[in-house]
Amino acid sequence: MAHAPVAHHEAHGAHHVEQSFWNKYVFSTDHKMIAMQYMFTGMFMALIGGFMAYAFRMQNGFPGMEVPGYGLVSPNEYNALITNHGTIMIFWVAMPVLIAAFGNFLIPLMLGCDDMVFPRVNRLSYQIFLLSAIVILASLFVPGGGFAGAWTAYPPLSAKAQYNLTGLGSTLWLVSVALEFVAFLLGGINFVTTAMNARAPGMKMYDIPMVVWMIVVASILFMASVGPLIAGAVMLFMDQNVGTAFFDPDRGGDPILWQHLFWFFGHPEVYVVLLPATGIVAEIITVFARKKLFAYKTVLYTVFATGVLSFTVWAHHQFVAGIDPRMANIFTVTTLLISVPIAEMMFVYIATLYGGSISLTTPMLWALGFIATFLLGGVTGIFLGASGADIYLHDTYFVLAHFHYTFFPIAIIGTYAGVTYWYPKMFGRMLNETLGKIHFWGTFISFNCVFIPLFYTGMAGDHRRIWSYELYPELFTPDLQAVRAFASIATVVMLAFQPIFIFNFFWSLRRGPKAGDNPWRANTLEWQAPSPPPHGNFAELPRVYRGPYEYSHPDRKEDYWPQNAQA
Amino acid sequence: MIESLVPAASTYAADIDAVFTLIFVLVGFWFVLTEGALLWLIVRFRKRDGIPAEYITGEQKSEKRWISIPHMLVLVCDVFIIVGAVRVWYNVKQELPPAQATVRVVAQQWAWSFDHPGPDGQLDTPDDIRTVDELHVEVGKLHHFKLVSKDVLHSFSVPVFRLKQDVIPGREITGWFEATKPGTYDIQCAEICGIGHAMMPGRIVVETAEQHAAWIASKRPLTLAAATPRAEE
Repeated sequence: MAHAPVAHHEAHGAHHVEQSFWNKYVFSTDHKMIAMQYMFTGMFMALIGGFMAYAFRMQNGFPGMEVPGYGLVSPNEYNALITNHGTIMIFWVAMPVLIAAFGNFLIPLMLGCDDMVFPRVNRLSYQIFLLSAIVILASLFVPGGGFAGAWTAYPPLSAKAQYNLTGLGSTLWLVSVALEFVAFLLGGINFVTTAMNARAPGMKMYDIPMVVWMIVVASILFMASVGPLIAGAVMLFMDQNVGTAFFDPDRGGDPILWQHLFWFFGHPEVYVVLLPATGIVAEIITVFARKKLFAYKTVLYTVFATGVLSFTVWAHHQFVAGIDPRMANIFTVTTLLISVPIAEMMFVYIATLYGGSISLTTPMLWALGFIATFLLGGVTGIFLGASGADIYLHDTYFVLAHFHYTFFPIAIIGTYAGVTYWYPKMFGRMLNETLGKIHFWGTFISFNCVFIPLFYTGMAGDHRRIWSYELYPELFTPDLQAVRAFASIATVVMLAFQPIFIFNFFWSLRRGPKAGDNPWRANTLEWQAPSPPPHGNFAELPRVYRGPYEYSHPDRKEDYWPQNAQA
Repeated sequence: MIESLVPAASTYAADIDAVFTLIFVLVGFWFVLTEGALLWLIVRFRKRDGIPAEYITGEQKSEKRWISIPHMLVLVCDVFIIVGAVRVWYNVKQELPPAQATVRVVAQQWAWSFDHPGPDGQLDTPDDIRTVDELHVEVGKLHHFKLVSKDVLHSFSVPVFRLKQDVIPGREITGWFEATKPGTYDIQCAEICGIGHAMMPGRIVVETAEQHAAWIASKRPLTLAAATPRAEE
């Protein structure tokens, strides 16, 4: 159990061999380099997804305006922008950064081993992922433009070019999504195998840091749910290009079938990205409150319960989609039940703060910001899971605001929390705290200014994916248009705060103060390795004596107690 | 709550609004409580020199109470919400009360066509009245609607009725509403249906019995009005 396989052809540990540029940065099998590749690709894609949000929010807030830096947004461009914004932000930002980047970086380091158990599979995973990213970007520039049938790709709209007017774009979109799934299947196998087999000697199941557990459970959820959607994607691809009729009602197919396949994956997917983010938050709040995680086992059980339940809730996306209305009753019950473990997880995190000694560093602000905003995302989900209320709210901006209040904390706040927390380990230097705090408050406040108004417009009846409300007398009122414009301006403000982070990130690479091995005085094993850890991670593979959250133990003078410290 | 933003003009609109309000009160309570606790703990337990953090495992029963009691209470709230939501759902979607009139709603890229019963009150008879983008119904009369699509998915949404139902090509989906307030209101397509998704507005005209009779009388029945085509024909 102690010895994970190493990439045999490469140098290990103390004696250092100079690698060529290509081997070091491009064809690396080192889990940390692959993590960086995923992270930088994900952050680059986030810039594109953010720019798309800017373009369509401007059209939504100020219909018909010539958007600076983009130009006029035509109706089909609008559809293509919202489609690809959603797809990119979920599959090319949240997934690669939260699962792949943090999973790759943290799992071997936190488990105290030298690399993933399948380093070359890992490299292959990134290469396929990169290919998928290139395909989705290329799909934006083919004749007809990017796919314009919404990220859920409901047929028959997605199945026929004559309906969506973006035939080539929709095929490339499908291909890129399918490739991306292959990449994450390979990555998921690696994460689960590594966590089960390559833990440091002495590390028992309940000694595994929560974030590793959560990434492992998320990988299992992903692998167990993605099969039906890959099958669906193949069927849709054949409908588009070969002339089959799996989803074509005129020839015996059923469009609703796609919705089941899509959401059978799509809902667990929410938890696939949620869990790593909550894991990151668990690591951060324990360190900066100097507290043991409240009820470790309870947290773990809530994770398992959430995982199991997440497979039983998918049809709440389809209450009014034409499914048998009796089905809605079952899915209302399961959907509301899943609120229980997630609420409990939030209670545990809040309880962890009790009796703590809280320092509001930048990572801690992000972690607490996650809890504060995700709570609103969570409770507004209840409105939509309750079938009776969903009749009105389905496909309104209320839905949109709800899931941005879950996905933004997950994909953006969770990522910033993780990056600011592990940056010293990744690059050996500290980020600038002042810039970090300006960036946090600027992003946090403007984010709320974007999406609180959209709850309001959703309640007022704004339906989604509408290029302009001019033709709807009840919706195109000066008041509602002012609210939409407010949200659009807040979007611009939020985006304008992001260069601060980018500047801080690159400036600190060279100018930040040296971090040392364990600047936060944390317990988990990655902080026992040098910063940044060399290829092979640890000079001597660590042995584990205790759980990861022994902060402020009464028997110790120090307020932390590293997992590998002998006494 | 919803009614202050969008008028309620069907028999079940108030019920759906009531579910919304019920959920708002229950989850609002939890939201304020947890956000309050979070803020209070952050302020109360800020780092102060010389005061170390406490060592609390959370594994003792006396400690676990702090999360197990809220856990049970959340479950109780969930039960209330489920009961409220399912009751409304059952009335609106699962049960189909007998119709006093029936209309057919035909969705296509990117227009609505409506078949109304003519003077004989029966659908699918030669005196049917067909309109584009404008649906006429009588207040206080229970209507069935039959939804069909000619191409892709659409969604028949009437916000003032709190009514929404996707339209599926290859199927005829039947539902019901009973309007309570005369007036003219928006019909939306709430499912993305292509380039013209935003250009698919309809209007629903809710009329008193006299107005409705007058409207029918002013219309030529379908057989005589070959010149009243569906949108694209």
